[in-house]
Amino acid sequence: LAQDNISESDWEDVEDTLLLADVGAEASEQLVEELRKDARITGEKSPEAVHALLREKLLDLVGRDMDRSLVASRPRPEDADPSVIIMVGVNGTGKTTTAGKLARLFVAEDKKVVMGAADTFRAAAADQLETWGSRVGVPVIRSDKDGADPASVAFEAAKAAKEQNADVLIIDTAGRLQNKSNLMDELGKIRRVTEKTLPVEEVLLVLDATTGQNGMTQAKVFAEVIGITGIVLTKLDGSAKGGIVISVQKELGVPVKLIGLGEGPDDLAPFDPESFVDGILD
Amino acid sequence: MMAFNSLTDRLSNAFKNLRSKGKLTDADIDGTIREIRRALLDADVALDVVRSFTSRVRERALGAEVSDALNPAQQVVKIVNDELTEILGAGVDRPLNFAKNPPTIIMLAGLQGAGKTTLAGKLGYWLKDAGHTPLLVAADLQRPNAVTQLQVVGERAGVPVYAPEKGVQSDGGDEVSAPGETTGDPVKVARDSIKLAKDKLYDTVIIDTAGRLGVDDVLMKQARDIRDAVQPNEILFVIDAMIGQDAVKTAKAFDEGVDFTGVVLSKLDGDARGGAALSVASVTGKPILFASTGEGLKDFEVFHPDRMASRILDM
Ligand SMILES: Nc1nc2c(ncn2[C@@H]2O[C@H](COP(=O)(O)OP(=O)(O)OP(=O)(O)O)[C@@H](O)[C@H]2O)c(=O)[nH]1
Ligand SMILES: Nc1nc2c(ncn2[C@@H]2O[C@H](COP(=O)(O)OP(=O)(O)OP(=O)(O)O)[C@@H](O)[C@H]2O)c(=O)[nH]1
Ligand SMILES: [K+]
Ligand SMILES: [Mg+2]
Ligand SMILES: [Mg+2]
Repeated sequence: LAQDNISESDWEDVEDTLLLADVGAEASEQLVEELRKDARITGEKSPEAVHALLREKLLDLVGRDMDRSLVASRPRPEDADPSVIIMVGVNGTGKTTTAGKLARLFVAEDKKVVMGAADTFRAAAADQLETWGSRVGVPVIRSDKDGADPASVAFEAAKAAKEQNADVLIIDTAGRLQNKSNLMDELGKIRRVTEKTLPVEEVLLVLDATTGQNGMTQAKVFAEVIGITGIVLTKLDGSAKGGIVISVQKELGVPVKLIGLGEGPDDLAPFDPESFVDGILD
Repeated sequence: MMAFNSLTDRLSNAFKNLRSKGKLTDADIDGTIREIRRALLDADVALDVVRSFTSRVRERALGAEVSDALNPAQQVVKIVNDELTEILGAGVDRPLNFAKNPPTIIMLAGLQGAGKTTLAGKLGYWLKDAGHTPLLVAADLQRPNAVTQLQVVGERAGVPVYAPEKGVQSDGGDEVSAPGETTGDPVKVARDSIKLAKDKLYDTVIIDTAGRLGVDDVLMKQARDIRDAVQPNEILFVIDAMIGQDAVKTAKAFDEGVDFTGVVLSKLDGDARGGAALSVASVTGKPILFASTGEGLKDFEVFHPDRMASRILDM
């Protein structure tokens, strides 16, 4: 049996790097297995070369040339309906903040934007979105009542966006844990009610980079309930690497489109596979 | 993709050839330890913590208590459970640290979105229910409408809120132009709240602070300044049960930054295993005092180490 010439502890280091980035035990083991197989075949001896190979493998996994553009940013006919984006995710990941940052991005692209505050549950959630709206110069459709039906706010927002001939409607929703089926059903309803007026082109799952293996369950359940067209990986300005999105992308077949890098309006960036992978490896 | 089998199942599997051999070999132990390691990693326990934990379990598993046991797999599960409960339970039995001379000052700290503001309401409600006279303090002047949020939470809890600064908000706040930046002086707000509490005889003061990253030295210093200004009896580090490997770095950063006195594990109503609990407890040695289990005011309980142990490993 051909042996590779790299020490056990080098291989362990490789696996540790992946584990520490939240890539997950199964995915990390698989990657190391493949690398070891390759190293046996090619007779590769140096840890540096293995490192380079790992980088390539991760890039393949993450996907180098997936289309990560937002539907709303793609060319569209003059008279097209407003492009609807719904923000979803578990509690506290950064949905409202990302909605504000996105609004800012579209305004910079000279688009007419409307936001809908379909989080009627969390204390002051609509106020938070309104503050973002006034910061970036975008109107916010909200209910004055706490606890109003979020689907009817979404409905009103869709109507307003259509009437005002907006280019983009961003609907913020309440954070919810995926094991709460009543709250998940509510999300499906928000989508269906919105679709009475406008097609929903984009549902962005907002994942916090600090999230561990539970991120996978989040992604699966949200995808089942409302459909997901893209992932936003937030809080990458911290020490967490967000490695769980590798498995999430693979499982859902949906790309990470954007990353969050802070709490300010400009702290949003396109997802770049190379810097993401380098973040995991450094 | 990630089919979690219970640890007992996994171990039974690892031990399946044992009966015929009657005695544990090194290979049996290795297989067992591998299963435990995998289960812990799937539960998001930090890698370093997994290492030290499994080496302790290995030592015990090599001893007579396992090889002599009628059912070695169950015996190993018991050892794992004991060890886990012990780490998770260190210091947990102590009550909140109340001041001899009121007010008792409780400061909340943690990453963005961890659940601090929600916890402020829960603590306020819980303390009021126990006959205390709490005051909530809005010292997050950074997150858009953090102050409004605390005011709503306080109203729902029936607990007064000290909010002299509006922070970042469009409704009358003067700092609309700066989401993502600190406004006003949270240190002053915190300091002034203690004076107010003494004047008005509030016996507990709960200070909500802005979320901050472990790597943000400037904001960590701000948290330390708040702490130094009010000298809290209790500094609670709030951490999301869904956090992964970053738990160690973050917990260390807050430990060094504000030297917290206790931990609150939030969002335990979800289906995350919550291995971070083990990481934070073993890395900082600080007790986990409370569990936050929902968005409602009453979704809050004293932490139970034994329940957490079986949750982490699905035993
Ligand atoms: N450092 C950092 N903080 C962020 C980022 N995105 C959001 N935050 C902060 O995370 C916290 C939660 O953000 P929100 O936008 O309120 O999250 P949410 O998902 O809307 O929360 P809920 O509606 O309560 O579920 C806030 O303090 C934000 O300022 C990011 O990319 N980096
Ligand atoms: N399901 C569940 N949600 C929670 C729990 N604790 C807090 N939340 C939710 O998590 C989100 C963030 O909670 P906050 O209390 O605003 O968190 P924070 O730490 O104050 O956030 P920042 O001030 O932005 O740093 C909100 O949607 C809360 O309703 C919990 O125990 N369970
Ligand atoms: K990072
Ligand atoms: Mg929100
Ligand atoms: Mg808060």
